[in-house]
Amino acid sequence: MTAVTETETTGIAVQQARAGMPLHHVAIFVALLAAGLVAPFLLYPVFLMKVLCFALFACAFNLLLGYGGLLSFGHAAYFGSASYIAAHAAKVWGLSPELAILSGTLAAAVLGLAIGSLAIRRQGIYFAMVTLAFAQMVFFFSLQAPFTGGEDGIQAVPRGNLFGLLSLRSDFTLYFVVLAITLGGLLLIYRIIHSPFGQVLKAIRENEPRAVSLGYRVNRYKLAVFVLSATLAGLAGSTKALVFQLASLTDVHWSMSGEVVLMTLIGGMGTVFGPIVGAAIIVTMQNYLATFGAWVTIIQGCIFVVCVMLFREGIVGVIAKWIRKPL
Amino acid sequence: MSDGVILAAKDLTKEFKGFFAVEGVNLQVRRGQIHALIGPNGAGKTTCFNLLTKFLPPTRGSITYKGEDITSMSPADIARLGLVRSFQISAVFPHLTAMENVRIALQRKRGDSFDFWRSQKVLSEFNDEARSLLNDVGLSEFENTNASDLSYGRKRALEIATTLALNPEMLLLDEPMAGMAQEDIERISALIKRISANRTILMVEHNLSVVASLSDTITVLARGKVLAEGNYATVSKDERVIEAYIGAGHG
Ligand SMILES: Nc1ncnc2c1ncn2[C@@H]1O[C@H](COP(=O)(O)OP(=O)(O)OP(=O)(O)O)[C@@H](O)[C@H]1O
Ligand SMILES: [Mg+2]
Repeated sequence: MTAVTETETTGIAVQQARAGMPLHHVAIFVALLAAGLVAPFLLYPVFLMKVLCFALFACAFNLLLGYGGLLSFGHAAYFGSASYIAAHAAKVWGLSPELAILSGTLAAAVLGLAIGSLAIRRQGIYFAMVTLAFAQMVFFFSLQAPFTGGEDGIQAVPRGNLFGLLSLRSDFTLYFVVLAITLGGLLLIYRIIHSPFGQVLKAIRENEPRAVSLGYRVNRYKLAVFVLSATLAGLAGSTKALVFQLASLTDVHWSMSGEVVLMTLIGGMGTVFGPIVGAAIIVTMQNYLATFGAWVTIIQGCIFVVCVMLFREGIVGVIAKWIRKPL
Repeated sequence: MSDGVILAAKDLTKEFKGFFAVEGVNLQVRRGQIHALIGPNGAGKTTCFNLLTKFLPPTRGSITYKGEDITSMSPADIARLGLVRSFQISAVFPHLTAMENVRIALQRKRGDSFDFWRSQKVLSEFNDEARSLLNDVGLSEFENTNASDLSYGRKRALEIATTLALNPEMLLLDEPMAGMAQEDIERISALIKRISANRTILMVEHNLSVVASLSDTITVLARGKVLAEGNYATVSKDERVIEAYIGAGHG
């Protein structure tokens, strides 16, 4: 099975290269794939899967912020509700893992469409406030709704058999599935950024009135990127639910929305690879500093402040400046 | 409404909290003409443009384009009708190259570009056209330069190329030559003259020699109202116009 997913992802990479992915981007994707294949032999698969899920989440968020120019303060809503739906689908409806993930992802898409179509009418800080307000509503709904399990969340979610065939009980096996999902998601995001649609998106981000004066109905593009971003955040959340076999209030909490902003800014917003780096750093910190308890948050805050002061473009943003190549 | 009028505004008014930036303006632009809108600073020229293209909703009045009432249309839809504006402050897409800037406009020919699954390689079909537009405004050697790295005058030239890429039936140019060097002014004047052959142009311009040489009709605006209208000879002799310009110089 792992062999199949590998050829699948490299297949997409080759296609992209032909379609004009710059060589250094191809190299980075290949390196990511190689690192992803070696990593589970060196590090804990569950830790790695957490990094992968958050990398996808952060890249989905960055699609909206870095390329759409829209700061959402409520992305936990899509990540978290997808996580609940996927967990519920796997546990209560007994769906196979791929269908559970699909259900969660679709739920996030629908939620993104509903919230997005209201939020994009507002600009700047008001947009952020509207997304935050709706995310808080999703949080309180999750707290109250009977199927979410309140404070306990949905626990002991079965990982099931992929396509009814391959058991995902082993972390090692699941890891390669998560790797394939993440890489697939990242390549899709890469393609969105470098599509005719992505080109219009950049124009809107750079100068919205000008894009309007050229006849672009900008709100439709904003809504489209909002829904894409929410959907991919949902893919990350659904996958996370299967990895930890748990969907809980943490996933829809506002601090989750904050964390993804943090990951994106530390890594470098508006860069393709920055959010991956940001996610890896934050998740690693949370894991290895877990013994410090509440101090983790403070250490995180300090690192954030230092990052913002030292490299305003984020780590990858600064590197891109050094080597004078977009990353 | 007489024949040959492509754009008409009736009683166009914009009030900002008790201040009338534009008040009761009646404007008729005839098809095929270069029509200049001039007036001292703060006269309401840019506000007029914003109203005509619906970037601002008018407080009162109506706008008709090619016989169609566009007063309640969205600015993007007005652009789609072929009435395209430029901006007074340079409006390029700074982190895109000159070529990409022009292509954003050319891309409109594809209709809506919601195809996020397709590679942007498909846009290279517009490269030749983009190059020839860049050549028209003297930017050939800068096709791969980021717009943010161009000089101010070249940014303005890039904007014109981008606007022309839509092949609009009517252009609204807000001070297209502000900040340009003399040789660029001459090139852009010639370009405007050339493209006006099968288009209508409404233009705000402070450079009066450009206005004199290019425009068929001139409307003078002062304090939000139309002061005078006619060809250059008529308008430049009008006492109220002279007074408005001198008065503004004092105030
Ligand atoms: N959004 C706004 N809110 C309040 N007042 C405004 C607004 N926009 C313009 N004004 C005012 O309306 C008046 C007309 O402004 P406008 O920009 O239309 O002038 P203009 O003729 O284009 O001047 P210039 O030659 O300097 O470009 C000015 O006094 C300006 O301060
Ligand atoms: Mg003006």
